[in-house]
Amino acid sequence: MTLKMQTMADKTEKLIIRLQNVIKIYKVGVERIHALDGISLELWENEYVAVMGPSGSGKSTLMNVLGCLDQATSGYYELDGQDTTKMSDAALARIRNERIGFVFQTFELLGRLSALKNVEMPLIYSRNGWWSRRKRAKNVLERVGLEDRIKHRPNQLSGGEKQRVAIARALVCNPSILLADEPTGNLDSKTSEGILKLFDQLHQEGQTIVIVTHEEHVARHAKRIIRMRDGLIHSDLPRDQDPAYKKVMQNVVREELE
Amino acid sequence: MIAVIRVSAAFLRLFYQSVYLALGQIWTNKTRSVLTTIGIVIGVASVTAVIAALTGLKAKVLTQVESFGTNTIFILPTRPDKGSMRHASWWTIRFLPEHFDDMLEHCPSVERFSRIAGIGRHTAHYREKSAENVEVTGIEAAYHEIQSRPVVLGRTFSVIDDMQVRPVCLIDPKLRDELRLDRDCIGQSIRIGHYAFRIVGVIERQPELQFGESGQEHYEVFIPFKTTFKMGRPWIAAFAASKGTEVTEEAQAEIRFFLRRTRNIRPGEPDTFRIESVKRFMETFNSIALMVTLVAGGIVGISLLVGGVGIMNIMLVSVSERTREIGLRKAVGAKKSAILTQFLIEAVVLCFIGGLVGVGIGQCLTLVISGINPVLELTYIPAWAILLSFGFAGSVGIFFGMFPAIKAARLDPIEALRHE
Repeated sequence: MTLKMQTMADKTEKLIIRLQNVIKIYKVGVERIHALDGISLELWENEYVAVMGPSGSGKSTLMNVLGCLDQATSGYYELDGQDTTKMSDAALARIRNERIGFVFQTFELLGRLSALKNVEMPLIYSRNGWWSRRKRAKNVLERVGLEDRIKHRPNQLSGGEKQRVAIARALVCNPSILLADEPTGNLDSKTSEGILKLFDQLHQEGQTIVIVTHEEHVARHAKRIIRMRDGLIHSDLPRDQDPAYKKVMQNVVREELE
Repeated sequence: MIAVIRVSAAFLRLFYQSVYLALGQIWTNKTRSVLTTIGIVIGVASVTAVIAALTGLKAKVLTQVESFGTNTIFILPTRPDKGSMRHASWWTIRFLPEHFDDMLEHCPSVERFSRIAGIGRHTAHYREKSAENVEVTGIEAAYHEIQSRPVVLGRTFSVIDDMQVRPVCLIDPKLRDELRLDRDCIGQSIRIGHYAFRIVGVIERQPELQFGESGQEHYEVFIPFKTTFKMGRPWIAAFAASKGTEVTEEAQAEIRFFLRRTRNIRPGEPDTFRIESVKRFMETFNSIALMVTLVAGGIVGISLLVGGVGIMNIMLVSVSERTREIGLRKAVGAKKSAILTQFLIEAVVLCFIGGLVGVGIGQCLTLVISGINPVLELTYIPAWAILLSFGFAGSVGIFFGMFPAIKAARLDPIEALRHE
C-alpha cells in the first residue's frame, strides 16, 4: 500500500516493468514445477530493488523472465511500454541487447579478450553501436573506475575489477534496467562493499537496478526489498519498512549505544 | 524500398559482425586452426598439383601433336574384324605402291601425301663404328612438310634420286654423332646391311616424347621411296595432309573411297586399311585426359571430404567448450542468426585459409614436378583449378560447418550459462 502511495505521489516517473500474474511452469519428467506462481509487479524508473529469497523460491526464474532470457508460461510482461509476451526470439534478443544489462555472479568475461573487448561485445550485436563501440566502451570503463585496466585480460584483474568490467559491459548499451544476479557472491566482503558502492553510485546517476541476492547486507543497499517464497511474492516493501532490515538496524543502533 | 535497404543493411551488419568474430576466434586459437585446416590444405594442394600436372602433360602432348600438323592423316593396312578378309595374312592386305597412284587427282581435299616404306631396323656402319637399331624408311618429297621434319643440312631427295633408285640417304644428327661422321657429313657414305648409301642431307630429329621408347637409343635413316625395294620387300603406309583442319574428315572420306576402289574392295566388305587423323587422336587424347582429371578429382574430393569432417569435429568441440560464451553472447543480445553465421563463417574462413595455403603448396609442388620431369615442363595451375579448389573448400566449410553452427545457435542461453 505504501508503495502505491509513493508511486502516486511521484507520477512523473516512468513505469519500466509491469508484470501481471506471471506464471512459469517447468516440466521435469512428468512433474510440473511452478517456478513462478502468479507474480504481479511494477518497477519504476530509477528504482533500486533487491529480490531476496531462499534457493528454489523462484528468484532466478523471475530474473530470467525479467531479463527476457525466458518467456512466461502465462501472464503479461511489459518492458518500457512494450509487450514482450508474444515476441519472437529475434525481437527478444534485441530487447536484451538494448534495454537490459546483465551482471552475473561468475562475471562471465571472455578470458582471451581484453577488458575493453569484453565491454565492446554487446555493441557488436547492436544496431548502431558498431562504429562507436571502442569509444563507448572506454567511456563506460572510466565510469566504473577502470580507465587504467583497459588492455588487461580477465586473468590479470582482481575479482572486484572483473565484476566492474562485467558491470561496464552491462551498462555499455545504456540499458533501461540493470539486472544483477548475486553480483557479490564470488567476492570477499571488502571487495563486495566496493561493488555495492558502485551500484549505489549508478543508482544516484539514475540507473534502474534489480539485484537478486540472499545476503542481507547486499539487500541493505537497495531502496526496495522484494522477498519471494515458493514462486510468490512474500513481501514487497520499501527498505525502511522491511522487518529484517529494521531488526538489523536496531541491532546496529543498539551496538552503537552500547 | 526502405524495407529492402533495412534488410540489406541488417544482412551486411550480420556479415561483418560474423567475419570480425570468426577471424578473432581463429586468431586466438592459432595452433588448433592450423591443425584443423591441414586436411583441407592437403586436399587443395593435391587437387591443384594433379590438375596442373595433367594440364602440363596435355599441353606438352598437344604441342608435339600440333608440330605434326593437325591436318595430318595416317593411312595403314589393317585386318578387318569380319568379312572375307578377316583371316587374310598381313602380306595379302599390304599396300602396294600403285594403290596410291593419282590419289591427289581423286581426293580434292588432300593437299599432299607421301608414301612411306618401312623395311625395319638394321645396323649402320661407318668405318669401325656401328650403330644398332637404325630404322630405315623410304619416303617421298612431301614427307618433310607433312611431318614437319625439314632437312637442316644438305638437300632433300630429288626426283632423279627416286627415279634412278639412287643409293642416297638422309640421316638424323644423333646417328651422325654416334658413327663419328664429320659434322658436315654430306658426301660421306655409310653401310646398312649390304648396301652403301651416300649421305645427301641431315634431317631434323624427331621431337622426344620421353615415355614410350624404353631407354634404348634408336636412330633414323631415310632413303628414297623406290630405293627401299632394292633392299627387300617394304611395308607400305602413307602420310597425307588435308587442305585444312576443317576438311580433314572429308579428306579421310575421299581417301577411303579412293583406296577401296584401288584395292578392289567389294561393296559391303569392310575396309582393309585404317585412316587415322591427328585430329581424331587429339580428340581421343582429350577425352582420356578429361577422364583422368575426373578420376583424380574424385579421389582428391574424398580427401577434401575427410578434411571437412575434421573441420566439423573441431567446430563441434569448439561449440561445446564455448557453450558458456554462447550463452553470454545470447544474453547480451546476439540473435540466433548472429551465432549461426559466426560459427558458419568461422568454418568457411578456416576452409578458405586452408584453400589459400593449399594453392600455395600446390604451386610449389607444381614447380617441383615441372623441374623433375621434362615431359611436364609446361605444367601450370590453370585459373579454373584455383577457383574450383576455393569453391570446393568453401562448400566443404558450409556443409560441415552447418551442423555445429545450428547446434550453437539453438542453445538455450539459460542452460548455456549454467554449463560447466
